[in-house]
Amino acid sequence: MSIVLVFLALLMGAVVWWLVKQTINVQPWVAHPATDSVRDEGIRSPITSKPLSNIKIGLGVFLAVATSLFALFISAYSIRMEYPDWRPITEPALLWTNTAILVLSSVFLQWGWVGAKRGNLQTVWLGVGIGGAFSIAFIFGQWTAWEQLASAGFFAIGNPAIGFFYVLTGAHALHLIGGLVALSRTVSRLWRRQDMESIKVGVELCAVYWHYLLVVWLILFGLLLTT
Amino acid sequence: MSETTAHDAVDFAPPAEVGEMELYHAKTWIGKYVWSQDAKVIAIQYGITAIAIGLVALVLSVIMRLQLGFPNTFSFIDPSNYIQFVTMHGMIMVVYLLTALFLGGFGNYLIPLMVGARDMVFPYLNMISYWVYLAAVLILVASFFVPGGATGAGWTLYPPQAITEGTPGSDGGIILMLLSLGVFIIGFTMGGLNYVVTVLQARTRGMSLMRMPLTVWGIFVATILALLAFPALLVSAIMMLLDKLIGTSFFMPAMVSLGEQTAYDGGSPILFQHLFWFFGHPEVYIVALPAFGIVSDLLSTHARKAIFGYRMMVWAIVAIGGLSFIVWAHHMYVSGMNPYFGFFFATTTLIIAVPTALKVYNWVLTLWRGNIRLNVPMLFAIGFVFTFINGGLTGLFLGNVTVDLPLSDTYFVIAHFHMVMAVSPVLVIFGAIYHWYPKITGRMYDDGLAKVHFWLTFLGTYAIYYPMHYLGLEGIPRRYFAYGDTAFMSESSQDLNAAITIAAIVVALAQLFFIYNMIVSYFRGKKADPNPWEATTLEWQTADNPPKHGNFGPELPAVYRWAYDFGVPGAADDYIPQNVPPKDVKKA
Amino acid sequence: MVFAIVLILLIFGSLLFHVVSPWYLTELASNWSTIDFTLDLTFWVTGVVFVAVNLFMAYAVIKFRYNRNRRSEYKPEDKKLEGWLTGITAVGVAALLTPGLFVWADFVTVPEDAHVVEAVGQQWNWSYRLPGEDGKLGAVESRFISDDNPFGMDADDPDGQDDVLITSQTVHVPLDKPVKFNLRSLDVLHDFAVAQFRVKMDLVPGLVSYLWFTPTRTGSFEVLCEEHCGLAHFAMRGMVVVDEQADYDAWLAAQPTYSEILAMKAGDPSVGEGTYAVCVACHGAAGEGNQALNGPKLAGQEGWYMRRQLQNFKSGARGAHEDDETGKQMAAMAGMLVDDAAIENVIAYIETLPDNPPPTTIVGDVASGEKIYRNCSVCHGVNGEGKAATRAPRQAGMSDWYIASQLKKFRDGIRGAHPDDDFGMQMNLMAAILQTEDRVNDVVAYINTLSGKKPQQVATRENH
Repeated sequence: MSIVLVFLALLMGAVVWWLVKQTINVQPWVAHPATDSVRDEGIRSPITSKPLSNIKIGLGVFLAVATSLFALFISAYSIRMEYPDWRPITEPALLWTNTAILVLSSVFLQWGWVGAKRGNLQTVWLGVGIGGAFSIAFIFGQWTAWEQLASAGFFAIGNPAIGFFYVLTGAHALHLIGGLVALSRTVSRLWRRQDMESIKVGVELCAVYWHYLLVVWLILFGLLLTT
Repeated sequence: MSETTAHDAVDFAPPAEVGEMELYHAKTWIGKYVWSQDAKVIAIQYGITAIAIGLVALVLSVIMRLQLGFPNTFSFIDPSNYIQFVTMHGMIMVVYLLTALFLGGFGNYLIPLMVGARDMVFPYLNMISYWVYLAAVLILVASFFVPGGATGAGWTLYPPQAITEGTPGSDGGIILMLLSLGVFIIGFTMGGLNYVVTVLQARTRGMSLMRMPLTVWGIFVATILALLAFPALLVSAIMMLLDKLIGTSFFMPAMVSLGEQTAYDGGSPILFQHLFWFFGHPEVYIVALPAFGIVSDLLSTHARKAIFGYRMMVWAIVAIGGLSFIVWAHHMYVSGMNPYFGFFFATTTLIIAVPTALKVYNWVLTLWRGNIRLNVPMLFAIGFVFTFINGGLTGLFLGNVTVDLPLSDTYFVIAHFHMVMAVSPVLVIFGAIYHWYPKITGRMYDDGLAKVHFWLTFLGTYAIYYPMHYLGLEGIPRRYFAYGDTAFMSESSQDLNAAITIAAIVVALAQLFFIYNMIVSYFRGKKADPNPWEATTLEWQTADNPPKHGNFGPELPAVYRWAYDFGVPGAADDYIPQNVPPKDVKKA
Repeated sequence: MVFAIVLILLIFGSLLFHVVSPWYLTELASNWSTIDFTLDLTFWVTGVVFVAVNLFMAYAVIKFRYNRNRRSEYKPEDKKLEGWLTGITAVGVAALLTPGLFVWADFVTVPEDAHVVEAVGQQWNWSYRLPGEDGKLGAVESRFISDDNPFGMDADDPDGQDDVLITSQTVHVPLDKPVKFNLRSLDVLHDFAVAQFRVKMDLVPGLVSYLWFTPTRTGSFEVLCEEHCGLAHFAMRGMVVVDEQADYDAWLAAQPTYSEILAMKAGDPSVGEGTYAVCVACHGAAGEGNQALNGPKLAGQEGWYMRRQLQNFKSGARGAHEDDETGKQMAAMAGMLVDDAAIENVIAYIETLPDNPPPTTIVGDVASGEKIYRNCSVCHGVNGEGKAATRAPRQAGMSDWYIASQLKKFRDGIRGAHPDDDFGMQMNLMAAILQTEDRVNDVVAYINTLSGKKPQQVATRENH
C-alpha cells in the first residue's frame, strides 16, 4: 500500500504546489492585471515554456490514471508477496526477448517522431510502421510466454505468483493494444496524406505513450524477476 | 475598507493566445440529440439515465423499508431478494446515480458554460463516454435477470462471501456487477479527461482559476479524485473476477464453504477491503465536493452576497480532496486489520473534519448580512446546510475509532451515510435542477409544486434519518432481514421502524411532484428570462436561452471579475456579471 | 420566515427527541464505560455545535430576508474570523479524538491475565473452544475441517487434546474476569458483537482477530453476527452467559474435551433395536413413519440431527410449549432414554433401517415453492439433502405432512422459541416468510420433487 501512497503523495504534492502557486496571493475580488491572462495560468511545457496543447494534457492526465492503476496492482502484489504461501516462479526466458522487442519499438517510434518534427514523411512511415510491427510482435511474444507457462503446468489457480504474473502482464498488454488502436489512427492520417502538423501530433503522442509503457514494463519485469 | 477595488480599473483582459476550438455541428436530428457531441445534450442524457436508474433504486429502497417496517407481511419479500435489493440499491445510488449525475450531468452542462468555453475539449470522446455509461447501466440491470439473480453481497461486495454459495447472486449476479463496474470506470475515465482538461485549458480570456465559480472547483477536484481512485475499484474488481472465474486466490483464504472444502488458499479478504475503501472513501467526496461547490453558488446567488471566504473555500475543497486519500481505513476499524492502524486513521479522519467544518461556517456566514431570497433553490440550499451539519457531526462519532466500536455495522452508520450522501447532496441536486431549469429549458418550473416537493422531501428525509441514529445506538444491526426477539432491542424500536417506513413512502411519492413539474413545465411553463435569478456567472450571460451549440454565439465572453460581485458598493445593481467590463458598470 | 421557524422547531425538536428517546445505548455489562463516556462527550460537543450553528443560520434567515431597498454587506473575506474558527474547531476535534485514542490504546492492549476463549464462526452458527488445563489452544487447520471434525483440530497436536469443544451457540464466562475472545472464521467474514459489552470485531478467514472485555454483571447476552455473511446472516446468533465463579465452574465441568469426544463409543445397533421397540408404534417398524399417529419417517435422517432433537426433547428445549401436543408426547418418550449411550444406540439402529420414499400427501404449486425454497437451499441443500455444517436436516424423501406441520410450528413460535433451542431460533426467523397455508404447501410440494442426493465433492487443496 505504501507504494501507492508515495505515488499519490508526490502527485498530490505537485498538484497542490501548482494550485497554491496560482492562487496564493490572489484576491480574486481585487484585480491583478499582470497575472490575469488565462495563458499564464494554463499549463506550460517545462522545457519550451510554450503552452501545452489540450491533447497533450489529456494524455498526461490519462498517464496519471494508468500510473494509479499500475501502482495499485504493484501494491497488491507486494502485499500478497509477504504471505507464507508465496512461491516465486521462474519467468520464461522469452520475456527477455520480448523486452528487447519493446525497446526497439520505442526506439522506432521515437525515430518516427524526430522525422515528423523535421517534416520527413519517409522517416515517419518507417518509424511508425516498424515500431507498430515490433509492438504487435511483442503482444504475440507475451501471448506465447503465457502459453509456455500454461503448458509447463502452471495454471493460474495454484500459485498466487502465477495469478499476478498473468494479471500484471495482461494489464500492460491491454494498454499496449489500446495504444495500437491509437497508432492505427495515426497511420490512417499518414495514408490519407493529412497535413504534417496533425501527423506530428499523432506520432508524438504515440511515442510518449510507448515510452511510458516501456518504463512500466521495465518496472513490472524487474518486479517479477526479483520476487 | 478601501472601496477603490480594481473593478473600476481599465479593461485588462488580454487577447487569447490560443485559437478557439472547431466544433462539429451535426446536421441530422439523430446527430444533434442522440449521437450528440454537444456537452449540454450529453449532460441531459447522463441526467435522465441517472435519474431513471435512481428511481429504480428508490423503489428497491421502499421495498426494503416495507420489510423493515412491517416484517414478514409481504410474501414477495424474502431473505434472498431482500439482500439483493439492499445491494443493488446501494451500488446504483452511489455510483450510477450520484457520481454519474454530479460529474456526467452537472459537470458536462456547467463546466464549459461557467468557464466560458464552447464545449468540452474532446467532444467525440465525451459522447462515447455517455454510451459506455449507458452500457454499464444495462449490464447492471441485466444482472437481475440471470440465474440466481443480482448479487446480494452488499454494495461493498466483500469477498469471500461475494463469490461463495451462501450468498444470493454469487454466480452470474456478481460477475455482471463486476463487469458493469469495469465498463463504468472506462466510460468515466473518458468523461473525466474532458472535465479536467477543459478546466485547465479552455477557460476564456480573463477566467483565471480564482475567478471560477465554486461549482467548477467542486466538480474539478472531484474529477481528479475519481480519476485517481476508480483504478483501485478496477483492480479489486478484476482480481475478484479472476478469483470467481478461474479460481485464483487473490482474496480467498483457505476455507470451507457450507461444509465443503474449497480449492482456495492464502488470499486475503482484508486486501480487498483496503483496495475497495481506497476507492470508496474518495468516492464519497466525489459525490460531496460537487455538492459543496454547487451549494456555495446557490447560497451566494440567492442571498445576493459573495460567498464568504472564497479562497478558504477553494483551499478547503483541495485539502478535503487530498486528505480523502488517507482516511480510508476508518471503514475498517473492526475489520480485523492490524488494530494499531486505528490510531492513524482516526487522527486523519478527525483532521479532515476541520476543512469541512470551515466550509459549513462559510456557508452560514454567507447568509449573515445578506439579502436572502427564499425561492425554491435557496430553500433546498439551506436545507442542505441544516442536514449536512447533522450528517457531518455524526461522522465525528464514527471516525473516532473507539466510539465506532459499538456503532459499526448498526443503523447509526446507515443514518450517517444517508444523511451526508443521500439527503444533503440530493437536496443540492434538486436545488440545482430548479436553479438551472430556466437555463436548460428556457422555461420556469411551477413554483407551487416545487415548494410542495421541497417541504415533503426536506422534512420527510429528516424524519427518516434523524431518528434512525437512535436505532443504531440501541445496537440494531444493519443488513438484517428480520430481528425476531432479542433482549436488548426494545419493542418500541419496531414501532419506530414502522414510522420511518411511512415517512419513506411519503418521500418516495413526493418525488412524483418533481417529475411531473419537470415534464409539464418543459411544455407549458412560463417562458423564462435569460437571467431570472440575476446571477453573475457566465452561463446566465449566453446569447440564447437555452444556449445553442457553441454556447456563446459568435464571440466568446471575456471575464473581468470573479464570480461573486454581489452588493458591490457603488454599483447601481446588486450584482455585476463576470463579463461586464469595469467601464460598463452602472454607478449608483 | 416560516422556513426559519421550521428550522428552529427542527433544532429544538431534535434536541427534545434526544432527551426523551427511549432508544439509546443498552445497559452496559462490561468494563467499557470509557467508550460510553467518549460517546457522551461527543454528543455534548456535537450537540452544542448543532444548536449554535443552526440557530445562527435560522437567525440570519429571519434578520436578513430580502428587502429590495437594502444591500448585502460586501465582505469577501475575514481572515481573523476564519483563523479563530479554524482554531476553535481544531481544539474541539482534538478534545474528541484524545480520549478516543486513549481508550483505543486500552482496547488493543489485552490484560495479561485474560481468560481466553476462541469463538469460531461459520455460516451460520457459532461454536467455541477453550484452551483446557494446559492453557494452550491446540493447532487447527482449514484442511482438517469435516463433518466429523468441525473445529479442524490437528489430531497430532498434544496441546489440543484437552481443548474444551463447545458446539452449542452459548458460551459461559466468569464474572469480573477479563476475557479475551480469539475470533476465527471457517469460511467467510463474520463479526462477533454483543451490544451490552460495547465491543465487536470481524472474523476473517485466514487469520485470528480478537477483542477483550471484563463482564461486570451476570446475565445472558446475545451475540449477533454483524458482518453480512450471506443469506442467513440475520439468523446467526449466539449467547454469552456471565456466571458467578461457582456456576461457571459447574458449566465448564460439563463440557467435553477433544480427547473425550474422540473416545466416545459409537452406538450399538443391536442394543438400539431393543430400545427402538417403544418407537415402533408411531414411527413404524422400519422407521417409515405413521401419519395417523403423528410419527414422522426417521429412516434416512441424519444421525446428528436425531441426536440433537432427542436431547432437546429430553431437556425441554423442544416439546414443552403448551400448544405443542405431539411435542409433549415425544418429550415423554424421549425421557425414557436414560442416558447418552441409549441415545447413541437407538440412533445407530435407526441408521440401519431402509430408506424408502414415503407417500406424498401435500399438494401445492411447485413453481412458487421453488422460489420460496431458494431461501432454504443454502442450509438444507439444493437437493434437500441436508448439511451438517449448517446444522440443517435432510428434507427430501422425508414425511411431507410432518415438514408442513413443523414449519407451521416454527412460524407460530410453538417450536423453536425456547432459549436452549439453538437452531430452532433460526427456523423461527426463516419460517416467518410462510405467511399462508398455501406457501407452506407450495414449498413442501417443491421439496417433494427433490432428490436428496449429496452433490459431488468439488475440489480440494490437495488436488494440485
